[in-house]
Amino acid sequence: MLTIPRELRDKIVAHARQDHPDEACGVLAGPAGSDRPERFIAMTNAERSPTFYRFDSAEQFRVWQEMDDKDEEPVVIYHSHTATEAYPSRTDISYASEPHAHYVLVSTKDEHETEFRSYRIVDGVVTEEPVTVVE
Amino acid sequence: MAIEVRIPTILRTYTDGAKQVEGTGSTLGELFTDLEQRHGGLQARLVEGGSLRRFVNVYLNDEDVRFLDGLATPVKDGDTVTVLPAVAGGAR
Repeated sequence: MLTIPRELRDKIVAHARQDHPDEACGVLAGPAGSDRPERFIAMTNAERSPTFYRFDSAEQFRVWQEMDDKDEEPVVIYHSHTATEAYPSRTDISYASEPHAHYVLVSTKDEHETEFRSYRIVDGVVTEEPVTVVE
Repeated sequence: MAIEVRIPTILRTYTDGAKQVEGTGSTLGELFTDLEQRHGGLQARLVEGGSLRRFVNVYLNDEDVRFLDGLATPVKDGDTVTVLPAVAGGAR
């Protein structure tokens, strides 16, 4: 289960809408071991593509370093699909490398409704989980 | 003589859970070969066909080694090498 403050959920959706038709991506950091997303970090999509995303490597280093300094970890890793369903693709699954993170997928394929779903991806296995939005 | 190597969560199965290990070598490639002696299987997660694997980021201090010399990048005592799997994916 992913428990997420409304404000952070809204920021993810806004980021995805803003970058459409390119895929948007980012992280929600939270205290290590807490499973609580607290801090929104939009990341640059170094691929700038409507069908692929990759964190810029220098930016990823700085963000991971900062999280480490603050005793945080990436609680959520999010990205958007701009023409397909908010479900992890084969590449999403093969590159999922943070076993403790919730992988949030957002779809902006519909102009009016944004699909927002969350998954665990561990050892190549995808499990969808419910999302609880808290105020 | 030691080089500190920071290991991401997903590779800690090779280091008995350690977030940080030490190694020696005069290049990054040699360092990985040295680590393989004590952490069998780790090298194959970092290197393929003689070069750095595509979706693994390796940094020497704070620079991505792809902008230096890849596996031939010289390393020395006191350096910190950080490994971070790339975060990537896509529509397919």
